[in-house]
Amino acid sequence: MSTVATTPTGSAPDRTPGVVRTEDSLLKKVLGRWETLILVLIAVVFAIGSGISSEFLTGESLTTGSSDFTEYAILALPLTLIIATGEIDLSVASVLALSSALMGYLWNQGLPMEAILPICIVAGAVCGLINGWLVTGLGLPSLAVTIGTMALFRGLAFVILGDESVTDFPTDYTDWAFGNFGGTVVPNTIVLFLVLAAIFAVVLHRTPFGRSIFAIGANKEAARFSGLRVNRTQLKLFVLSGAIAALAGILLTLRNSTAAGNVGTGFELTAIAAVVLGGVSIFGGSGTIGGVILALILLGGIQKALNLDPDISTYWVNIVFGILLIGSVLGPNLAARFREARRTRNRGARPFRPGRPAAAPSGPEGEGNTDA
Amino acid sequence: MRDSRFMRMLGLLFAVVLGAALITGCGSTKDDSDSSGGGGSAASADAGKADTSAAIKKGLKVVVMPKQLGNPYEELEDKGTVAAIEETGGSAKIQGPTDAGASSQVSLLRSITQQKPDAIVLAANDPNAIAPVLKQAMQRGVKVVTQDSDAAKDARQIFINQATTQSIGVQLAKQAKSTAGTGEIAVLSATANAPNQNAWIKIMKAELQKPEYQGLKLVKVAYGDDDDQKSFQQAQGLLSAYPNLKSIISPTTVGIAAAARYVSGSKYKGKVAITGLGTPNQMRKFVKDGTVSEFALWNPEDVGYLGGYAAAALASGQISGKQGESFKAGKLGTKTIGADGEIVLGPPTTFTKDNIDKFDF
Repeated sequence: MSTVATTPTGSAPDRTPGVVRTEDSLLKKVLGRWETLILVLIAVVFAIGSGISSEFLTGESLTTGSSDFTEYAILALPLTLIIATGEIDLSVASVLALSSALMGYLWNQGLPMEAILPICIVAGAVCGLINGWLVTGLGLPSLAVTIGTMALFRGLAFVILGDESVTDFPTDYTDWAFGNFGGTVVPNTIVLFLVLAAIFAVVLHRTPFGRSIFAIGANKEAARFSGLRVNRTQLKLFVLSGAIAALAGILLTLRNSTAAGNVGTGFELTAIAAVVLGGVSIFGGSGTIGGVILALILLGGIQKALNLDPDISTYWVNIVFGILLIGSVLGPNLAARFREARRTRNRGARPFRPGRPAAAPSGPEGEGNTDA
Repeated sequence: MRDSRFMRMLGLLFAVVLGAALITGCGSTKDDSDSSGGGGSAASADAGKADTSAAIKKGLKVVVMPKQLGNPYEELEDKGTVAAIEETGGSAKIQGPTDAGASSQVSLLRSITQQKPDAIVLAANDPNAIAPVLKQAMQRGVKVVTQDSDAAKDARQIFINQATTQSIGVQLAKQAKSTAGTGEIAVLSATANAPNQNAWIKIMKAELQKPEYQGLKLVKVAYGDDDDQKSFQQAQGLLSAYPNLKSIISPTTVGIAAAARYVSGSKYKGKVAITGLGTPNQMRKFVKDGTVSEFALWNPEDVGYLGGYAAAALASGQISGKQGESFKAGKLGTKTIGADGEIVLGPPTTFTKDNIDKFDF
């Protein structure tokens, strides 16, 4: 649990002490070093990648590979917070497409970009508000709600722009989205992501608001009884998720200088895969922004490596992502079962709760301690 | 208290976003003259002069990109392209996106450019989304050929067009003549506002005014909405409303199959001809049982084959993509580049019981 600081961003905070206190030290170590595992995987992928193509370890690969991951990365930030509260938002890619379509429509109407950008972000926030209200106001499960709004917002995107695409955006903007920061190989859009990631990391790991997110994810009832405004916090996170998804839609539109309603299909799955692979418990209560950034680097490296080999079908990217996602849910789960089995043997009968392997205090990060 | 902190954070976030956007440009709207479709620089580098006598280079590396993996029509095209490149002694690999969204090809094209192939042959999902990255590829000397579905004109050297609207309209009129001779004919189209079909039918109608089509009378254009059941009922309706009908021309693969299915199981079999545009696999049994004597479609494999040869000729310096240049395209013979770097495959292939077994698509 002491590897977060080694992320290339240097911005992810590491506030959890590296000391493991409880007696299940072996298991705790294995689970506690989730980021170490991801780092090892990154090293493996980079070794394989440079074996696949001499083009892999180049500045250009960094530029193109990371800019292609901009939208996944940005979507993953608010998703980290939402998943840490034990909820999910599957509608982010549809909000992204809605934002793109709206941008194209408003541009066709002759509005200036300076007006269009805030309108799109506000529209995204409204989408998030709808999700949040359905989940917190009506008490509906977020999985069902956001599957519904995923279809709804995508449909709206097609209503707004039809099946046409808008492409004549001003070069000032598209050049910025297409270009690199200063004279470096780092794309401008990735610099924007890093700034956002730093803000999200501070909010999640250094503020009472961040603590309340983990508390809600660990045990919603307990959080409510200890005076946290659970619904209000979750509503805010959904609004935030919508606004950030709209921002991702703007970036995608500018990067490709094309607005269309059919962009970003399936983006939510890659973003969620990065969050879960990054060690955020799918059941809520634990996780770090640093881990998610590492997972994004891992997934981006895999996609780039596989795309550089013309003999490897693009389907393999999906297959590998899928396997990693299952592995990242299954790994801690199996470990928890193993631990429960050992406990049962040692201390006799003890209730086993299947399906909640990352139960609050012993999540992979230890970050979800709610006794603070 | 916690709320206000959150609001400040949110405010900061918005400020960063808007700030980043504002720094990069002020007051630009659609009406500004300098707006254009791409981030990349627009210059397309023509690699020197074309030398029509240059030999096709051996060992060319070509990447072929469909709109989407798993699309059967696109797979046939790509099969043709790979066959053509292999005939020239080169190697071709297929790389494509798993969805057909407007921007799905972009990241893959970037990685392909990094592989430095001699040429890319692709069918575009969106003409403009891929334009900047294709321009970048061309600047690095990668030749770009589009087939079936074009990219922006300045983002590729050659576009292989499967068939012009004119050639399909003329083909439909010819089919009407050869199946009906003289007498009443009807059209079974897709939807009433389908742009392709309407354009073809318009040309067909103009063609029917010519003296060589005298005696043919188009009595009705029916619409089956590209729905199998509805097309079937429309065919039934046409035959009961016009008992003297000699031929139904259906310029849509759904319509022609449904009409043939109705006629093959009715008393009209052998009396009323069905023709139009269909695929050999769909129509094989109706050709064999005598319901359909001929129908047509461009051969997707030939579209890809021509794209492959165009890419090889470009990469070998035989052609540069300018109008009037010509090159040998294997079994398809010599092809000449038309306006805007476009090459038309030619008239559609006509399928009859004599040749249908040679095709599998």
